Amino acid sequence: MKLADFVCFEAIIAELKTNDRDGAIAELVSALDKAGRLGKGNCQKIIKAVIKRENEASTGMGKGIAVPHVKHRAVKDAVAAVGRSSFGIDFSSLDKQPVYSVILLISPADNPDKHLQAMESVFKHLQQEKFRKFLRQSETAEQLEDLIREADENPTL
Amino acid sequence: MQAGQDSLEKIVCETSVEIKNADGLHMRPAMQFVDVASKFECDIAVSNDETTVDGKSIMQMSMLAATCGTKLKVKAEGLDARKAINALRELVEQKHFDEPTPSEQKKQ
Repeated sequence: MKLADFVCFEAIIAELKTNDRDGAIAELVSALDKAGRLGKGNCQKIIKAVIKRENEASTGMGKGIAVPHVKHRAVKDAVAAVGRSSFGIDFSSLDKQPVYSVILLISPADNPDKHLQAMESVFKHLQQEKFRKFLRQSETAEQLEDLIREADENPTL
Repeated sequence: MQAGQDSLEKIVCETSVEIKNADGLHMRPAMQFVDVASKFECDIAVSNDETTVDGKSIMQMSMLAATCGTKLKVKAEGLDARKAINALRELVEQKHFDEPTPSEQKKQ
């Protein structure tokens, strides 16, 4: 699965307004909602669900990255928003370091394999130091979109 | 299933485990796997058909994205390799990460 298959380019936030975890999650879910990807009236429920999942175990994987996610009936296909914070967000990460790049993924409730495929794609790229560096350094939504499209073409990025 | 050892210093142990929980190896099970693997001194490598990853790295384990029914090869190298393999097999196949299997899920 390619990143462009599930990343919603209208939901890329080059500079998150808030520095707190729950605020960042709310911003990203709201961006997906605004892009019309979550159906009607689900935005607040999904924000709550992502935060609840995050409270169970942090998705801050270290190296400045967090991948908050939840499975929800509101979506038929996996859909992701991407956010960047130059200040850094406390995600209670494994390495206790702040998070600069957030990839938020909402997956369908009844298709665990689809969720895994999207995750595989996200982590394949996050694995690459270069990709993480560019993700953190991109200053506009356009740059982030270009980076994501380029990463799909070039697996070593 | 388990390979032997070539010297006291370097014990190599290998097994194949099948993912049994319905949701597969998503992040929470991957973290459990890494937690158990990290308790041991030995190196642990996990592979599917395409890639081999470090069983102690959450980012790499998440990349495997093993769905229910997928078989993974787990290879441990080091003094406590055998113990590590046994613990990991128990986690994946007996406990299936404390999650329901597809048939258990249907009953719920």
